[in-house]
Amino acid sequence: MTSTERTDVLVVGSGFGGAIAAYHLAAGGARVVVLERGPWLTGQDFDHDFKLGSSYTRAFDFTVGDGMSILGGNCVGGGSVVYFAAMPRAPRFVFERHGSIGRRMWPAAVNRDTLDPWYDRVAESIPITQQSWDDVTYAGGLWAAACDHAGRTANPVPAAIDRSKCTNCNWMMAGCHFDAKQSLLLNYLPAAVAHGAEIRPLHEVQQISRTDDGGYRVHYDVMDDEDYRLRGESGTIDAKIVILAAGAGATPVILQRSEATLGAMPHAVGRYFSGNGERLNTAIINEDKAREVLGLERENGLAYAANQIGKGPVVANWDRLDGSLPEFERFSLEQLYFPPGLGTILAEVPGATGPSWFGVDKKEILKRWQSWLIIFQMIEDNNEGVFGPPPAKGNADRLSQQMLGVGRLKYDPTPQTLRAWAMADAEVKDILERDGIAEVAAWTNDVVGAYTVHPLSSCRIGDDPATSALDDRNELRGHPGIFVTDGSAVPGALTVNPAMTISALAERAIPGIVAAARERGVEVTYGAPAPDGSTSGRRGVAPLIPSLSRR
Amino acid sequence: MRPPSTDVDETRTMTLEAFADTIVPGEKRSPDDRAIAGATTGGGAVQAGALDLLGWDATGLTEGLDGFVTALTGHATAYALEHGLDLDPAVPPFVSLTFEHRTALVRRLTTPGHPEKELWVSLALFCNMAFDSAAHMSTADAIAQGHPGLLAMGIEKPDADGRWRFPNFSYGRPLARLHPDTTPTGSPS
Ligand SMILES: Cc1cc2nc3c(=O)[nH]c(=O)nc-3n(C[C@H](O)[C@H](O)[C@H](O)COP(=O)(O)OP(=O)(O)OC[C@H]3O[C@@H](n4cnc5c(N)ncnc54)[C@H](O)[C@@H]3O)c2cc1C
Repeated sequence: MTSTERTDVLVVGSGFGGAIAAYHLAAGGARVVVLERGPWLTGQDFDHDFKLGSSYTRAFDFTVGDGMSILGGNCVGGGSVVYFAAMPRAPRFVFERHGSIGRRMWPAAVNRDTLDPWYDRVAESIPITQQSWDDVTYAGGLWAAACDHAGRTANPVPAAIDRSKCTNCNWMMAGCHFDAKQSLLLNYLPAAVAHGAEIRPLHEVQQISRTDDGGYRVHYDVMDDEDYRLRGESGTIDAKIVILAAGAGATPVILQRSEATLGAMPHAVGRYFSGNGERLNTAIINEDKAREVLGLERENGLAYAANQIGKGPVVANWDRLDGSLPEFERFSLEQLYFPPGLGTILAEVPGATGPSWFGVDKKEILKRWQSWLIIFQMIEDNNEGVFGPPPAKGNADRLSQQMLGVGRLKYDPTPQTLRAWAMADAEVKDILERDGIAEVAAWTNDVVGAYTVHPLSSCRIGDDPATSALDDRNELRGHPGIFVTDGSAVPGALTVNPAMTISALAERAIPGIVAAARERGVEVTYGAPAPDGSTSGRRGVAPLIPSLSRR
Repeated sequence: MRPPSTDVDETRTMTLEAFADTIVPGEKRSPDDRAIAGATTGGGAVQAGALDLLGWDATGLTEGLDGFVTALTGHATAYALEHGLDLDPAVPPFVSLTFEHRTALVRRLTTPGHPEKELWVSLALFCNMAFDSAAHMSTADAIAQGHPGLLAMGIEKPDADGRWRFPNFSYGRPLARLHPDTTPTGSPS
């Protein structure tokens, strides 16, 4: 057992919530240590390889739960390393949602207008491009053409991708070898390190306890860098402020396990989990119809057959993001690519009567894989997820060397969620099966439950202590000095990809964290520019700072 | 040198092969192949290397494989009894089932509510992965060696450095009207 180290601010996790907090606190003058469960990989390490043990399996984590499985990042940079870099802002109506709690779930202080300056700060820090039709891949183009043919609109999605470097290799989930994807490894994290933040990879936080001086002690295990089932030594670090940003599948588990040492947690810790209403459909395109009906043609006389080519989601249908529609009837439909392995197993055969995720017909559709088009639905779910008692270590019992573990999340969709998924399924069918363009089937929920890459809300902000774990500035109720800045703070499904909103909320939480640190004797100031030194975002949020710094 | 095969090894191999073949079926390797039912043409999970992948400890299943085989043998025997089927004593019980019966049994074992569902799903997951991603070998090598799964799916070859690049990727023209409520940053308003 090593002796306890000390720091001012300890950040758990280095994804969006963790990196943003680490950067601002370090730039403001605090001593910052970041503990990250996964390895520290960079451009050269990012393989184009499905072999177990290459970056594809080292960098992410798949946790199977009861009714819902979560795919997330497991490396320095967290989800930003494996994500598809779609960075839209959430539509206005999202902030007015009630879900099933009978009141607005977002805090009164947060709506699209008050969040926009924080979105601007993120956009200044993570270069985001509004893609043009020239950037849109064949898959996105096909989806756009089908939407248009069905009388719908379609939008190129804003994305954090440097088009000049992108080769459309579609290996984003293994980490971007070409540094085209603007992950946190290229902005907030190097800037945090430049200001003295220390990032320790392969450190998995287990629990938090209190110190005699009103601070916190964070307990971690060192992980093997290849076989994550193996653990080395344990240690502790004392900090005046703890920022939890382990992601919505892990942050509540750390808090649950800490209940024995910290005392009772707010009721909402580990409850109200949302999978961002995700569901996937696979369309198998009829190449002749794509040519005849949609008028599509690419090189070598092909119409489409381009599933392998691309860069994640580039085109979305936003017609149902209509605030005048009732809650649970609004959703977006986004074209997406998932690689083989994780992107094929759950696909079912269009028109099949029984389970068809394996067997003869499944093999037949695999042979048409190049003609697949995956459509990603983001509906308004009902925050149904609840975490059971935590496992002995981490947030899952690890099965494989990397990647696969069994967690404690239980997700039992309510009729509203099921109905919303059915509506979205019907909409996808209506668009894509029109005039025989494609045959569509939803992914099965029977194998690993629903599947989310967008875990949210398991420790959410709000005004009502009964249904929110954090106050409206991300501080854990009843445990001053502990903040949560990751996706678990987001109160509910967003109907669009969440990284932009997670990041904006994290940016918004910083002034309050700085104020809390100062109260605890840490000499830290607020006001760092964007990681590249730009300052217009800082000017934009200046009027909002006083109200966020007051306690 | 390989140790001489024993009956136990053969039971184990055939049973696992028959399971993998139920997930992604292939054609028989020889006319007297019993493990592979021969439900389709072209290689399936077995030819794709399912047993190599399952035999690799990285999957987390390797140590439990004997348990899977014993359990599958038990389930197959019970299934045969339930359906009044005669099992051929020359091969393990699961192998003795027809492809349709193997499929029905695997469906049952992987249906929500079955107490062993998680186990069978994880076994199926890796059998599928052997076919659709050759997770036991480098992808570029797998393609170069004519891996039946990657080939069947039509996965393109990488460049000489083992990386994929697609210089042609876009139809390069507007293909739909934009949503009227799009902000200047390209987000929903
Ligand atoms: C394949 C994929 C594609 C995606 N595409 C998009 C997209 O295009 N657009 C979008 O908006 N979103 C996308 N997402 C989602 C996005 O990545 C997440 O919403 C986002 O990363 C969540 O940020 P976070 O800060 O909450 O947590 P994360 O980014 O998940 O970071 C949490 C970090 O904490 C670490 N950690 C966990 N437990 C511990 C512990 N006990 N101790 C120490 N460290 C720990 C994890 O390893 C991880 O690095 C995608 C996700 C995936 C998996």
